Amino acid sequence: MATIVEVRGLVNQFGRQVVHRDLDMSVEEGEVFGIVGGSGSGKSVLLRTILGLQAPRAGRVLLGGRDVTRLKPPELREVKADYGVTFQHGALFSSLTVLQNVQLPMLEHLQLPRRMLDELALLKLRLVGLGTDAAQKYPAQLSGGMIKRAALARALALDPRLLFLDEPTSGLDPIGAQAFDELVVQLQRELALTVVMITHDLDTLFGTCTRVGVLVEGRMISDTLEGIVRNPQPWIHAYFQGARARQREAQHGA
Amino acid sequence: MYCTSQRHADQVELVLHGPWRAAQLVPIQAELAGVPLAGVRELQLRVADAHFDLSGTWLLHDYLATAAAAGVAARFDGPPPAALALIRRTLKSGEEGTEEALVLRAGWLDPALAVEGLGRRTVSGWRLFESLLSFLGHVSFGFARTGAHLKRWRPTSIARHVFDTGITAIPIVALIGFLIAVILAYMGAQQLRKFGADIFVVDLVTIGVLRELGVLLTAIIVAGRSGSAFAAEIGAMKLNEEIDALQAIGVDPIEVLVLPRLLGLVIALPLLTVIADAIGLVGGGLLCRTLLGMPLAQYLNRANEAIAPTTFWVGLVKAPVFAVLIALAGTWCGLRVRGSSRELGRLTTLAVVQAIFFVILADALFAVLFMELDV
Repeated sequence: MATIVEVRGLVNQFGRQVVHRDLDMSVEEGEVFGIVGGSGSGKSVLLRTILGLQAPRAGRVLLGGRDVTRLKPPELREVKADYGVTFQHGALFSSLTVLQNVQLPMLEHLQLPRRMLDELALLKLRLVGLGTDAAQKYPAQLSGGMIKRAALARALALDPRLLFLDEPTSGLDPIGAQAFDELVVQLQRELALTVVMITHDLDTLFGTCTRVGVLVEGRMISDTLEGIVRNPQPWIHAYFQGARARQREAQHGA
Repeated sequence: MYCTSQRHADQVELVLHGPWRAAQLVPIQAELAGVPLAGVRELQLRVADAHFDLSGTWLLHDYLATAAAAGVAARFDGPPPAALALIRRTLKSGEEGTEEALVLRAGWLDPALAVEGLGRRTVSGWRLFESLLSFLGHVSFGFARTGAHLKRWRPTSIARHVFDTGITAIPIVALIGFLIAVILAYMGAQQLRKFGADIFVVDLVTIGVLRELGVLLTAIIVAGRSGSAFAAEIGAMKLNEEIDALQAIGVDPIEVLVLPRLLGLVIALPLLTVIADAIGLVGGGLLCRTLLGMPLAQYLNRANEAIAPTTFWVGLVKAPVFAVLIALAGTWCGLRVRGSSRELGRLTTLAVVQAIFFVILADALFAVLFMELDV
């Protein structure tokens, strides 16, 4: 298996506040990689750096072997067509319908006739469980769960091999969250995707991820689920063995 | 080459090659269209060295569906593309049930739609009028309620708006005041010189600035600066559910958002007008000196004669009225923002347009009124 995301020696710093010090991370093709960390531990900054939205102080970020921190704009555009992203609050374009939201990346990157655009966008929406009635709505008319799904459909617009999800289940009820997790796993399997997700939801983490990276003190400790749960590092121990985690285990054990 | 075909009697063997990806859909479709299917009963497909993404697989699915509709049975020699089953399942689930059809382009020539649009517009126009009345009532009521309690006037908030709409606007308003004087003096000097009535340039500049242009152009500048700011601030708060939050806490948004802006502007606009008037008069004096060679003492003398005791007040009395109109237009538009950032832009623009329109309308009414009152 090839490494699809590789971060080496990443340093991010704002003023005196060091967010990442010498952070390493790598994601293999076909993995579902979960990123975990406390509030303010730099999860979002890490994601923005990987996406090429923000230049790091030092270090390399390789996506499919190409260093996004050193690419020129036209090459960066090509790399951006290779991955899909969903943002925490959906970030759907509020003045476009859901269907137009999904078509926007296609219009930017591909030259396709109208009918194909419509049918492909509708296929992507159907894949995430939205129908024609939702396709014609504006984001303001959608429920939280539908916004997450529409955002996922937009992320899939260009058939990426790599998907970044920022808190995909935050703000969803447990049933909606579980359905979304199942959807992600199903799509990941059937479309042979690699998924990198930031999540705080332990159920999502255990239900979908094959490997987990924990951001602690500006570095990343990554391991398999079984391994990370036994990690003695105090924050990781507290995270996985804390009261809420135990409660979860009790529920699942019952 | 994305596919090669070979025909044996009523059977076609289709071998797929190369990248079947979103970027290649158009040429692939063109090649597929070139395969003659007339009289064919069976289509045998083989994925040679082709690799598919989802869009490419969809194109194949679409092609097979059209072929099936034409009575051609398709069979895969070897494994089909991985995502084909997923696409079949997904699209089948969509066909079941009674989903409304996708309206992709509205037929705007349809007479039924035109009637429907007229009806919608009439109803929404009426609703808008109702909401305006409700807004004005709400503001008046809020005004009456806070009137009794000095503490609920929110002096800090009012002061902030006086600063934002007034103090920071001083440079631009002063410049405008000077420029009005320049325009009036140049125009007047050019025309009046022909009659040897140079001295009346002073009348033109002083009366023009004090009665009309000082206050009018100040109001227009403020409508552009602050009317839009009011609408955008309140509109962004609306989008961010801050207005709902205020209401949930039990705070009246009209009382905390609209009234301070209104009162702040009612204080700031007359003060700005005084500044514009003053700079206009000073500018008039300077220009009369440079253009007509008129000594400053003579300018002052003539200005004293030209200006009636009411001239200054006739201009200034309009300022608070304009302020109310600008503030109401801005805040009302802001409160109507719903749903999307596009609405925010539309209503911010509308706030400025309405504010300027109502200011000019009110100015026209004032002109008629003052003539009737003979001031």
